[in-house]
Amino acid sequence: MSNHDWPLWEIFIRSKNGLDHKHAGSLHATDAQMAIENARDVYTRRMEGVSIWVVESKYIHASNPDESSSLYDPANDKPYRHPTFYELPDELKNM
Amino acid sequence: MQIINEEKIFADKIDEEIKIEPKDWMPDQYRKTLIRQISQHAHSEIVGMLPEANWITRAPTLRRKATLIAKVQDEAGHGLYLYSAAETLNISRDEMLKQLHSGKAKYSSIFNYPTLTWADMGAIGWLVDGAAIMNQVPLCRCSYGPYARAMIRICKEESFHQRQGFEILLTLSKGSKAQKQMAQDAINRWWWPSIMMFGPNDDASPHSKQSMEWKIKRFSNDELRQKFIDVCAEQVKILGLVLPDEKLKWNEETKHYDFGEINWEEFRNVVNGNGPCNKERLEARVKAHEDGAWVRDAAAAYSEKRKSREQKAVA
Repeated sequence: MSNHDWPLWEIFIRSKNGLDHKHAGSLHATDAQMAIENARDVYTRRMEGVSIWVVESKYIHASNPDESSSLYDPANDKPYRHPTFYELPDELKNM
Repeated sequence: MQIINEEKIFADKIDEEIKIEPKDWMPDQYRKTLIRQISQHAHSEIVGMLPEANWITRAPTLRRKATLIAKVQDEAGHGLYLYSAAETLNISRDEMLKQLHSGKAKYSSIFNYPTLTWADMGAIGWLVDGAAIMNQVPLCRCSYGPYARAMIRICKEESFHQRQGFEILLTLSKGSKAQKQMAQDAINRWWWPSIMMFGPNDDASPHSKQSMEWKIKRFSNDELRQKFIDVCAEQVKILGLVLPDEKLKWNEETKHYDFGEINWEEFRNVVNGNGPCNKERLEARVKAHEDGAWVRDAAAAYSEKRKSREQKAVA
């Protein structure tokens, strides 16, 4: 198995408890265990994380940017989902 | 019709400062330019480990040794961020390594100069990393998302590199006469190659114009070089040392430092493979890759073993 057969992994890091895991980048590894160990060295040399998720890149399914206009279209004409849509008097407090 | 539409969408995004992401349509030439630039950048980080690794075993104190190891490890990390960014453009890691090892791909010429004394670790940190930072900070706003994100991470980490370098020179500059001389000698040798790192003059830089239009590049080579020279001309005073350029002089009119003629023939020679260490660096890199083959094989074998063990446990 030469190097180019090593699958690509996407790395997600939680910087501290209470926060979401965030995509940090990707790397190559033979398996999940090695991906976590490599991610430790590549993405957390300065205490950037308290938890690491690794996902083999081929298991990530992404939306297609070419279809984004139709994909997000249903949300496009519904400003009433935002609180600023409603016109209320300034005297109204604590809302 | 479809292509025209895609080209327009791409151009609009560039105009509006919307980042281009891997799955978005992009012109072939944009993709090629980025692959060339990002892979060269990655190779530079990896080859850049060699001149410094030369001094790890001979660092004067444990503190210096620990920081130098950390710095060299960072360079490896930076290479990995950048290889990953390049891979999003559909070139494999293997292909990039092949291009480096065959000599087809370039890396920064600066690493083809030798590191003769400990003071070179200081000069490299201050000048070479300093020039790199000057180049890299605008790349954090580059139009290609994965490259910009990698650069943000890299720039955060590089600042320690430059500071540790300056500290090395500062310590030497306050030391014995011989130590001070050693620091000056290192600056003398690294100054001109460092300002060549910004690349040819604007009128002689073949890729610059298009890269600026695509917002891969934000400032021209000459603009960044001038900025770097202005900064260093002031910083060197703190060391009580000088930059090796008799024509270096503050110009009240332009509010910049004037500087002497750059030896572009030397630059071209080193780029074309005739620098002092081109051959040695490439050989060391190829050797490291080949000598490391057993580690990759062992890792692969171990992973297979673990997998079959897991399968047995399930059965």
